[in-house]
Amino acid sequence: MPADALKCKECDTAYALEARYVCERCFGPLEVSYSAPRAGAAELKRRIQAGPLNLWRYADFLPVEHGAGGASSLHTGFTPLQRADRLAQRLGLNEVWVKNETANPTHSFKDRVVAVAIARALELGFETLACASTGNLANAVAAHAAVAGLPSYVFIPADLEQEKILATGAYGANVVAVDGNYDDVNRLCTELSGDRDGWAFVNINMRPYYAEGSKTLGYEIIEQLGWEPPDRIVGPIASGSLFTKVGRAFEEFVEAGLVSGAAPVFNGAQAAGCSPVAQAYAAGRDFCTPVRPDTIAKSLAIGNPADGPYAIDFARRSGGAIDAVSDDEIRAGVRLLAETTGIFAETAGGVTTATLAKLAARGDIDPDERVVLLITGDGLKTLDVVRGTFEVAQIAPTTDAFDAAVADDSIAA
Amino acid sequence: MAVTVKIPTQLRAVTSGEAEATAEGGTVREVLDSLYTEHADLRERISGEDGGLRRFVNIYLSGEDIRFLDGLDTPVPDGAELTILPAVAGG
Repeated sequence: MPADALKCKECDTAYALEARYVCERCFGPLEVSYSAPRAGAAELKRRIQAGPLNLWRYADFLPVEHGAGGASSLHTGFTPLQRADRLAQRLGLNEVWVKNETANPTHSFKDRVVAVAIARALELGFETLACASTGNLANAVAAHAAVAGLPSYVFIPADLEQEKILATGAYGANVVAVDGNYDDVNRLCTELSGDRDGWAFVNINMRPYYAEGSKTLGYEIIEQLGWEPPDRIVGPIASGSLFTKVGRAFEEFVEAGLVSGAAPVFNGAQAAGCSPVAQAYAAGRDFCTPVRPDTIAKSLAIGNPADGPYAIDFARRSGGAIDAVSDDEIRAGVRLLAETTGIFAETAGGVTTATLAKLAARGDIDPDERVVLLITGDGLKTLDVVRGTFEVAQIAPTTDAFDAAVADDSIAA
Repeated sequence: MAVTVKIPTQLRAVTSGEAEATAEGGTVREVLDSLYTEHADLRERISGEDGGLRRFVNIYLSGEDIRFLDGLDTPVPDGAELTILPAVAGG
């Protein structure tokens, strides 16, 4: 499926495959469009299976000319799809799988979008990388820029988690903390991207390419399930881009003849403290009213989600829904996932796990469905969420001290 | 009352390449109407059929999204700065 143009999602105006993201006619967002696949299904499948065990095995479906990923050689994607029987059992379901994106190089799905954006940025001749980030993207841009040998500038809200700031600066990136929330950072970077020649803002002027990287999550799920789509996917919604692009992955694989059968139902998950998409969904609106975020799920704290309308439309078309969960439910979700699957997720994973639990409790999921839960980032980046949620027994280094602590219940017997 | 309006690169084709324009008006709507008089093609780019803004157009008054204020009816003080920007999703 060779990329052939950028097209406006609103009015269909076509543009060359350059660094642009907005339709000059109607201000709608641009998206990569593809022509029909050059090969039949069997040949495409063979090419995927013979490819590297990372996201570049799907290069035929990505908007880059030189499929191997250019200079960005961080091994990204093909993360584990782990069967989660103990989690399923707790929720009264029979088959739940966890797509574990913490296994990416910088421990979130953002490595995928950055790998594709940077590969295209290099093809277009950019020499500096930048982004507006809630944290995970900052980590990914800093790391991938380091591999490519390019300077990077990452703009973050000043109140971001320390872990995410430290894990960005570690790669030698220029970290700019902006007084304001993510939407302020995004506005600033949108202005800057118009004025800085030679700068590729991965999620602004490179955004159409960047967004395509999320499709690889969907391709992998299909391939890892033996070329069968699951019945349902529960994923997080911040801007709405990941959610809609994972959906697009299934449509493309069906169009290419690689899979058949019913498309999965998609359930979107937001934090109640920043739920413009869930609110619009609940109210039956097709647009999102911006909100001021107030939630522990900072990686999802986008109050003005540009892909929100598309996420709503997509959830409805798929037969799914969009739900929101409270900060307490998010903490419980992080805990539930960790203690049943061994995967310690960041708050966004708490949002999706709590949403899955809510859907199961509400009876929205048939127990026999095959459900995939998207875990997009690592708990080591949002440690404050678990701080103080358990006791650590401190003892002298003697067996007597241990026995005494067990005897007085400081340590479970 | 004179207001400065910052024009994004994507719209400069209709403002003869100008990155900033000066316009008159006491509300965001009046300022935009004054701009449309000056730059006729601007209206169809950012204004929807119902007279509101197209859904991917964001306007900020001194850095604040006008949807958190009174939208197009937001009062604009003399000498204020309006910024027009495309909505772009983040991460």
